[in-house]
Amino acid sequence: MNPKRAYAIFLRQVFLLRGSPTRLFQIFVWILLDIVLWGFITQYLNNVAAATFSFVPVFLGAVVLQNFLTRVQQGIAVAFFEDVWSRNFLNVFASPIRVSEYLTGLVSTSIVTSAIALVAMMLLASIVFGLSLISLGAILIPFLLVLFLFGVALGIFATAVVLRFGPASEWFVWPIPMILAPFVGIFYPIATLPSWMQAISYALPPSYVFEGLRAVILDDRFSADLLALGVALALLYVALAYGLFQLVYRTVIRRGLIARYSAETLS
Amino acid sequence: MIEAEPHVLEVRGLKKTYGSITAVDDVSFAVRRGEIVGLLGPNGAGKTTIINMILGVLEPTDGSIHIEQLTLRQNRTQVLTRTNFAAVYAQMPGNLTVRQNLHIFGLIYGVKNLKRRIDEVLREFELERFANTRCGVLSSGEQTHAGLAKALINMPRLLLFDEPTASLDPSSARIIRSKIKAHGQRERIGILWTSHNMHEVTEVCDRVLFLSRGKLLLTGNPKTLPEEHGKGDLEELFIAIAREPLSLKQRRLR
Repeated sequence: MNPKRAYAIFLRQVFLLRGSPTRLFQIFVWILLDIVLWGFITQYLNNVAAATFSFVPVFLGAVVLQNFLTRVQQGIAVAFFEDVWSRNFLNVFASPIRVSEYLTGLVSTSIVTSAIALVAMMLLASIVFGLSLISLGAILIPFLLVLFLFGVALGIFATAVVLRFGPASEWFVWPIPMILAPFVGIFYPIATLPSWMQAISYALPPSYVFEGLRAVILDDRFSADLLALGVALALLYVALAYGLFQLVYRTVIRRGLIARYSAETLS
Repeated sequence: MIEAEPHVLEVRGLKKTYGSITAVDDVSFAVRRGEIVGLLGPNGAGKTTIINMILGVLEPTDGSIHIEQLTLRQNRTQVLTRTNFAAVYAQMPGNLTVRQNLHIFGLIYGVKNLKRRIDEVLREFELERFANTRCGVLSSGEQTHAGLAKALINMPRLLLFDEPTASLDPSSARIIRSKIKAHGQRERIGILWTSHNMHEVTEVCDRVLFLSRGKLLLTGNPKTLPEEHGKGDLEELFIAIAREPLSLKQRRLR
């Protein structure tokens, strides 16, 4: 691993973000709209539901964390797409760069963009709706770590699919977090789901985050074992996604798909 | 004398098949340091396929590629650090400036004293006034200059050019040819050059390899090869190979 080559991939994204306000704008616009929408929904629910708990940390907190996961995944995907859109694959992959260095560069970019997004969401949620995730203290860090690792795994998986099937498969990347959302218990306990959906839930690391945070907020109960399981699962998914990307890379090299990437051939 | 120089590139028994189609069939050749070798042939002859295999973006079905005595397959990162390329179909990203692109590729290729090296290649290809211009708004000729600056950023031992002057006017193309030739001789770079401009090939190349339907048919000095095969010039020879490759092969065997 040569850190300079990974840094080159990261620096390219920094140059692009610095040179184009529209790229910066897309980091904020959807997540801030989501916070505003769910912020008012939770306020309304607090007024009409007469619940024994506040909906703000349970719902709005969950929306912040779900959006963080989405930003991590899309941070990797968008950085990868920059090479697709500018037809830069041949220049990049005909160079000495290794797959591990390329992916490290993409993940580094995602760390920065998702951190910016997280800070913006937490600020807006705190200033406008009085949600203070920071008040959870250090316990928030491992929960964020699980979401970050799983977001990395999803991002690498999505880029592997696009690398294999060509630019037309780009649409596949965007709905992945939404497809997983019903299973991971963002707004409701996993026990609410039918048993077949619960089986899928327990295989997904974010389930442990949302279940764990609900337990902390509502019952003041923290399960380190479940969180450790979430971390272990997330690490497993990162390893599997990395393995898949390596496999796809070897396939596209064998079949010459990088050299004729725009042809989108499946041969 | 080029003959005394060591091989910078050695290709042995290279083969690439896609199912039942054979794109490159048992091709072997070498390029010495300081030598410019023209890889010629009609469209679909296998030139770009060979270049892609040397660049490590296409895996050969059989055969091996050695760059400075190191096998590409086992030493990909090491050998590609000493290699670079420019191709008419692989321009630098248009959404970054020339300097930014050179900075990125300089880091990827592990260039030492990068800032100084960027200034050198900008000067060499008369790109100083475009250094802070995005590549996408350059003219095609200027983009070619930028691509060549990228190709030389790491002071490669082996350079691959796939029709590097295809988008240039005759005057600019001549200037670029002389720059590349002078640079190659000064730095003792081995260069593999594909082109459909036979005048260019005659002017630049020390040796040419003629490919047809994935096979290597002829090799020799571009200035003497046409006469050896009863043709007036390289273009005539090219047309003969493109139209009747078998007749030339039989003639060569006799």
